[in-house]
Formats: sequence, structure tokens, C-alpha cells
Amino acid sequence: MTEAGPKLFYGNYLNKNVFSRNTDKNGLRFKKWKIYTMDRNEKLVLGKYEFNSRFILGSGKYSLDLIKAAVENAGAEIITLALRRAVSGVDSILDYIPKGVKLLPNTSGARNADEAVRIARLSREVCESDMVKIEIMRDSKYLLPDNYETIKATEILAKEGFVVMPYMYPDLNVARDLYNAGAASVMPLAAPIGSNKGICTKDFIRILIDEIDLPIIVDAGIGRPSQACEAMEMGASAVMANTAIATAGDVPAMAESFKKAVEAGRTAYMTGMGRVLEKGADPSSPLTGFLED
Amino acid sequence: MSEHINESILNDEIKEHLKENRVNHMEYFSDMERIPHDIMDTVVRAMEEYDYDKYTGQDVLRALDKDILFPEDFAALLSPAAIPYLEEMAKKAQIETRKHFGNSVYMFTPLYIANYCENYCIYCGFNCHNRIKRAKLDAKGIETEMKAIAKTGLKEILLLTGESRKMSDVEYIGMACKIARKYFNVVGLEVYPMNSDEYRYLHESGADYVTVFQETYNSNKYETLHLAGHKRIFPYRVNSQERALMGGMRGVGFAALLGLDDFRKDAFATGMHAYLIQKKYPHAEIAFSCPRLRPIINNDKINPMDVHEPQLLQVICAYRLFMPFASITISTRECERVRNNLINIAATKISAGVSVGIGEHSENEENKGDEQFEIDDTRSVKEVYDAILERGLQPVMSDYIYV
Repeated sequence: MTEAGPKLFYGNYLNKNVFSRNTDKNGLRFKKWKIYTMDRNEKLVLGKYEFNSRFILGSGKYSLDLIKAAVENAGAEIITLALRRAVSGVDSILDYIPKGVKLLPNTSGARNADEAVRIARLSREVCESDMVKIEIMRDSKYLLPDNYETIKATEILAKEGFVVMPYMYPDLNVARDLYNAGAASVMPLAAPIGSNKGICTKDFIRILIDEIDLPIIVDAGIGRPSQACEAMEMGASAVMANTAIATAGDVPAMAESFKKAVEAGRTAYMTGMGRVLEKGADPSSPLTGFLED
Repeated sequence: MSEHINESILNDEIKEHLKENRVNHMEYFSDMERIPHDIMDTVVRAMEEYDYDKYTGQDVLRALDKDILFPEDFAALLSPAAIPYLEEMAKKAQIETRKHFGNSVYMFTPLYIANYCENYCIYCGFNCHNRIKRAKLDAKGIETEMKAIAKTGLKEILLLTGESRKMSDVEYIGMACKIARKYFNVVGLEVYPMNSDEYRYLHESGADYVTVFQETYNSNKYETLHLAGHKRIFPYRVNSQERALMGGMRGVGFAALLGLDDFRKDAFATGMHAYLIQKKYPHAEIAFSCPRLRPIINNDKINPMDVHEPQLLQVICAYRLFMPFASITISTRECERVRNNLINIAATKISAGVSVGIGEHSENEENKGDEQFEIDDTRSVKEVYDAILERGLQPVMSDYIYV
């Protein structure tokens, strides 16, 4: 596979989303390197779909009648929903999601790859969407994703033609495996889901951003707009948030705030941020000042 | 530990029975599956060592300051020293509930399909010596009741029987599960404890959640309250949840019947039991119920002694803070005011349109049986649904998928 090969590095000018990926006659994926200069209007590419918005909104934990306003204020083009809520009877969440927004059903409730695959297949029918966010948890306390099972489910579903977006614990080897398994993006967690703690896994997400040629979408644990902005400044392709918005005093207003934060962070990343010094100023007499000849 | 029995339960007949010789409540019957006792032994030891008078306000504040609580923090929150901090506990419980559940409140209803019972639990309306009208629904009766319930919009059902293996055998319960799967997304069970292979059969028949009320974790007290029947065997009951998980169930529910014994110790043991099960079976979904003793037919004096509303709230908040991800059900034993407020703090699941008798959801059922206890909140599904909305919360009929 290609990603073991040399990595082209263009600093801030490297835009992950512009690599088109193809399959050779053996079914292996390879990259066609296309190096672009800066394009601030670059779209978020997820499999065969393209989006302008880089903020993915969750639909859980808040009243259904607020979803429409939240989507509009967030400018969201993708909304996640748990399939298990879409089959919930009288008040189906599907009836509350505005038309034109892409549904990203998740497999929450799955405890292993097999269950995730079954839920994903059902979600394709119920939600009429071939996008799926893999969530596999076998820990009811921390709800941390099971990376191993996630890779297995990704491989099966990608082969079946799904646009697979796996939620994962940020691990470089796993991210590579997900890439090889055919994932359309990688969704590393920032902190335990629902914790609103911010980007606790920052250094590890940064490694994924640097190394993995797929959109890196920071998911889970983002509690404030400033943290969403930070993720985007780092070069994340998109941010996904739910609890932070769901538990806000004014859900639609907080959705808007996140939208602006994500845009601000994206612009900062795309323009190439100025250098930020860790400590104090540069010494006025540089250490190399003695050099003469 | 006090062996004093809540006086309100006793009558002359029970007092006579208490004098008789009884089988050893710690010895399994031959048909009962034995699994390791590691969890039970730890729970019982922790409960026996729990000295709630040693905790201070400082211990409570320290516990309230933590993100993740350990058993010692839970112990502090259940102590008398925590009562002055009830408001702080409730505020933090509300925050944790919102973090994990948002504003969702799950709705369900119990369906009693039979009330035959072989046990002699002296506080329970179904006990085999209590002279009540017994009934058992057949397949047609179950279907009729379920249709009537499904019409209300509910998607989750909890199936209950009295604890009689003879009158309500595992196949009968399995049949009820299969019918329930036609009308509901979520099927829970609150039936007599059984072996793991029987739980597996019921799981394959469509059930995914098992609740077993332990009533009390004080085995000496347990023995004086459960005078006969399968239920008398203490270790078999304590290990039910583990057997259910071994049988493939997704989630298990825990409860002590508050008011039977020292409620602080029982609540502590209940939390420890759930904590240890979750540690051993990390995927298990955990649920708590918080029932207080209620009057029954032929004894309207039964009451929960010293478990008043503040203590009930204390227990519920302590469960929430100890296991923020757990489902907490608030019973129709409680009144409308208490239930409406608790779903705004820590409870995440509420029953509605409840009947605890047999065959009462459909008008035409002639084979009706008496109730297990007196319910307090008699509101219909619609009324509870509207009350949830009025509080800015979101009624959810199901958030689950059977895989």
C-alpha cells in the first residue's frame, strides 16, 4: 500500500482532501498525488460526497423540535443520528431533520463488528443513506471505541459500498489500517464522549492529521466553540459535536457559535498561522551571531 | 446488624409462620446453577464494613468534587453527613444526567402476565399465602393486552410474572417475549431468577434486559422476610444479574426495596453490586430502580419506615453520581409530584399507564388478577408524556435496537 512510501510535505499548504484515491486492477488503493496551492473554498470530500460545511452536528440529547433551528444555525450539511433513535416509534427523529441535510447514521448500540455491520445495513434502508459512522463500544462506563472491532466493521462495510466514517481512539497504526480498510475519513475522539473536556488527545490527533491522507474529523469531547476552533487550526478537516450543543442553555445559538468557531479555525489553518512563540521572545543576540567567515 | 423487622409488614399469620423451621437460605436447590461467588462475597463484605456514621461533610464535599467516583465516595454520599448537601448533590446529579442522557426521559410500562407465586415474601401482595385473586394470561390475552398498550405509543415493555416456575414456566415467558417483539422495540423482564441457559433462551426470544430486585442484601434479614420458595435462596438471587449477562442479555437492573432493612447499607450494596458487575462485564448496561415499600391488599399499613423523600432523593443522586451512565427508573409507587421532579434531576426512565394487576389494559379481559402493591401515580401514557414535555424534557419511546 502506498502510505508507507515517501510523504510529500507542504506544511500548511498541504490539503488532504485533494488527493483522489483510486483502485488498481488488483483492488489495491493508490493515491494520485495532486498538489494544489491554497484554495480556501476547498470542499470537504467524504467518499463520493462533497460538502462546504465542516461542522457535523449531532442530533442526540436535545428536543427534536430544536433540530431544525440547530441545523440551520450551524449551517450543517451533515447530521448524525443513532439508528436506534430512528426506529423509535411515534416520534421518529427522521421526521424532524430538514430535507437536504445528509444523514450520517451511527451504529451506537453495537458491541462488536458483527452488530455494527447489521445496524449499518439496516440504517441504509431506514435512513436511505449509504454514509455510516461506525461506533463500537463494549464499555458502558467510558464509552470508548473498540478500535479492533472498528477496523473489521470498516473493511466489511467499505466493500459493500458504504461511505464509512469510523469513530476511533487516535492511534496511528489503527488509522492506517482504517485507511487500508477503505474508510472515507477517520474520526478520532478528543476526549471521552459527552465529557466536554476538549482536545485531551491533541498530540495524537496531530499525528493523524500529519500522517493520514484522509479527512480527520475530530469527534467527541469537544465542549466549547474555542476547542472546535483549536481542532480546525490544527488542521482537522471537520469537527463533530453534540453534547456541547445539546446541553447549552440555547441550543440553536450554541450551534451558530460552533459554526463560527469552526470557520474561524479553518480560515486560520488555510491562511497559515503566524508563528506563536512558546516562551518569551527570541534572544536579541542569536547563538549563531558569532559566525563571521 | 439489626434483625428487627419493619413492624408495618407483620400480621398474626406471619408471626406464626416466623416461628416455624425453615430451609437454609444459603444452600442452593439442586436445579439451581452455581456460578462463582466473587461478586456476592465482595458486596456483602463491603456492606458489612460500611460504617456510614464515620463520614463527615468534608468527605461528602470531596466526593462531589470528583469526576469519577470510587466506592468510598459513594459511601460518603449515602451517609447521614450528606443530607445537608442534598441540594448540591441534586445539582451535580442533574449535570451528570444531562451529560449522559441530555434531556431524554425514557418511557415504558410494565405488563403483568401472571400473578401466581410460590414464594412467601411477607411484604408482597403476590405472596403465596396472601388471599388474592390469581390469574395468568394465555397467548391471546397477552396479545390483546400488548395491542392495547402499543396503541398508546409506547415502544418499551417490561414483562412481569409472579415467581412461580410451575405456573409461568420459561417457555411461557418466552412465548410472551416473542409476542412482545411484534409490538415493541424493547423487551425487559422482571421474572423469577433462572439459570444462564434459560436467560439465553429468553434473550433469543427477544428480551434483552433483566431486572431482579434483591430486596435486601442483608442475608439474615432476607431470611426472615422470604420464608419459603425459590426466592428464599439468597445466593441464587444475588447472582441473577451475572447469569443473565452470561446468557447474553444486554443490560441488567438492580434494586433494594428501601424500607425493608437499613436503607443506607442496602443502597450501598446495590451500588457496589452494579459497580462490580460492570467491572467484570464492561459492556453491560446498568440500571437502577429505587422502590420504597408500599401498602398491599390485606395490609394497608405497610410503609417504608425511615426512607422519607429526602432519603429517597439522596439514594437516587448517589446512584447517579457513582454511575453517571446508568439508567435510573422511578417507580409508580411514588406520587406524581415526586416523579415529575426526579426526572428533572437524575431519573431517566419513567413508567406510565401502569397497572400492577393482571389483564387490566384491555376492557374485555375476563381473566383478571389482583395487584402486587398499591400504585400512587395513576397517570396515563399521554399525561406522563405531556408532563415530560412541560418540563422542557424529551419523552423517548425507545433508543435501542435488537441485534
